[in-house]
Amino acid sequence: MSGRMKPEILVSGAGVAGLVTAVILAERGGAVCLHEAGARIGSGASWMAGGMLAPWCEAESAPEEITRDSLDAVGWWRAHVPECAANGTLVVAPPRDLPELARFARRTSHFETLDGRRIAALEPDLADRFDKGLFFPEEAHLDPRAALVALRERLIALGGKIFHGEDRPAPEAFDWHIDCTGIAARDSLRGLRGMRGEMLLLRCPELHFRRPVRLLHPRIPVYIVPRAESVFMVGATMIEAEDSRGITVRSMTDLLNAAYALHPAFAEAEIIEANAGLRPSFPDNIPKVIRDGWTIHVNGMYRHGFLLSPARGMEVAAMVFGAE
Amino acid sequence: MRAYGHDFASPLLLGTALYDSPAVLADSVRAGQPGAVTVSLRRESAGQLAGQAFWTLVRDLGVPVLPNTAGCHGVREAVTTAQMAREVFGTNWIKLEVIGSGDLLQPDLFGLVEAARLLTEDGFQVFPYTTEDLVAAERLLRAGCEVLMPWGAPIGSGRGLNNLFGLRALRAHFPEIPMVIDAGIGRPSHVAAAFEMGFDAVLLNTAVAKAGDPVAMARAFRLACEVGRLGFEAGPMPERDMAVPSTPTLGRAMLDA
Repeated sequence: MSGRMKPEILVSGAGVAGLVTAVILAERGGAVCLHEAGARIGSGASWMAGGMLAPWCEAESAPEEITRDSLDAVGWWRAHVPECAANGTLVVAPPRDLPELARFARRTSHFETLDGRRIAALEPDLADRFDKGLFFPEEAHLDPRAALVALRERLIALGGKIFHGEDRPAPEAFDWHIDCTGIAARDSLRGLRGMRGEMLLLRCPELHFRRPVRLLHPRIPVYIVPRAESVFMVGATMIEAEDSRGITVRSMTDLLNAAYALHPAFAEAEIIEANAGLRPSFPDNIPKVIRDGWTIHVNGMYRHGFLLSPARGMEVAAMVFGAE
Repeated sequence: MRAYGHDFASPLLLGTALYDSPAVLADSVRAGQPGAVTVSLRRESAGQLAGQAFWTLVRDLGVPVLPNTAGCHGVREAVTTAQMAREVFGTNWIKLEVIGSGDLLQPDLFGLVEAARLLTEDGFQVFPYTTEDLVAAERLLRAGCEVLMPWGAPIGSGRGLNNLFGLRALRAHFPEIPMVIDAGIGRPSHVAAAFEMGFDAVLLNTAVAKAGDPVAMARAFRLACEVGRLGFEAGPMPERDMAVPSTPTLGRAMLDA
């Protein structure tokens, strides 16, 4: 690095990893230039994300490292995106699938076990629908698209510059290059693969959830995340394929059936978006920071982009500026 | 187990779906040392070769790959998937699944026999996922199958060997045919029981992938195969209707009489 006081940093990729890292670097005093090849910020997987900040629920399928590295995520997001709601997560299962709830409980912690009455107290719309559930009070959620926009504004306010289009500034002109290009970096990062995910946005004015609700099912587990204006995000499939076509009939049917199983009012919901994308993933599905000289890769966010980007961005900042 | 001229290094066949990550899958394979791994093309392919990244990971496990037609509900779909599998994995092996009932994921035996016949004529070596039905087994053998894979219980149910009578009858009826208990295995004890009944191999997936500790469970299943096989080969004692003391009573000291 040169002896200048303010390192000049190029961040490639304005998905959640790139935007969070750019903001953290700018907050530490870097002169940050963010480049996005797509037409808008969040052109990749981040745009389709659920936006659940659920370190404890994720332990159901993720190794301990994910939970450990995401404990500060809720605080970071609430400091940067005021709309981030810390109302916890509710996990329910239909009577037939209660063994799935027991399995989920065995693999997770920091929850309370609820009966039907307490489920109804948390989410009145779910009264009389489920007899048993788990409540993770320390978790939060946000609208990923609104959050990315908030980060862009924050970066601009910190003096950061944002470029769009095919002409990427030459990395050699900068002290550091932080590559956060997700699946586009597949050819330069060994083992990086795309895992297909599909999601829906439904508008359902009849329902009012205050927090993400996960519906467990042995074949099609889904989560439903409430957003502004009666919109609900329903996600997401997990398919080992680098297939970026639009959503398939089978997946859409599965997601809609699950939403309907959670609450029949979804039958009358309006489908406002159906989408598919690829989650950039390493073989262990753990997001990584990989340094190669003055280039640092932040990639493999898998399904943990919003949860893990603050921790990974801090790691990058420690490499650039030293420990805080 | 020997089937289609291939000696399987282990009678444990392991599915590759549902793991928390490919890394956990690889560790489980190392711990379980299966004779083959199965991989689904239907769900992961969408008709293109989009699953390549995952299939490469599976091939890199260094274990023979038995592709399957999981999720296929019709003969034509299953045959097309098998042909694609042959292209992708360069093997004539195919684990043939033709699903009839969506709820129990029960095989459609009529479609299964038909697909097995078409695929055998096309040069495939078919491993059919069937029930304990004797007549279906007979038809599958006539269609060219040299191995049978009866279910223990519905896929993913973890209920073990549901129909002991039916499975025993099937085993006794075709003593020379290699048989794999496919589906329904939940615990290592189910595997031991299958081997004690004389089955040649087991195929399982969820029981390892969704265990609390998949790697430890893979090892447990490997050991259970060994235990069951040894138990079978050693010749279990017959069951009796009365107690038989293991120490002779005649000439015993009278201390505890």
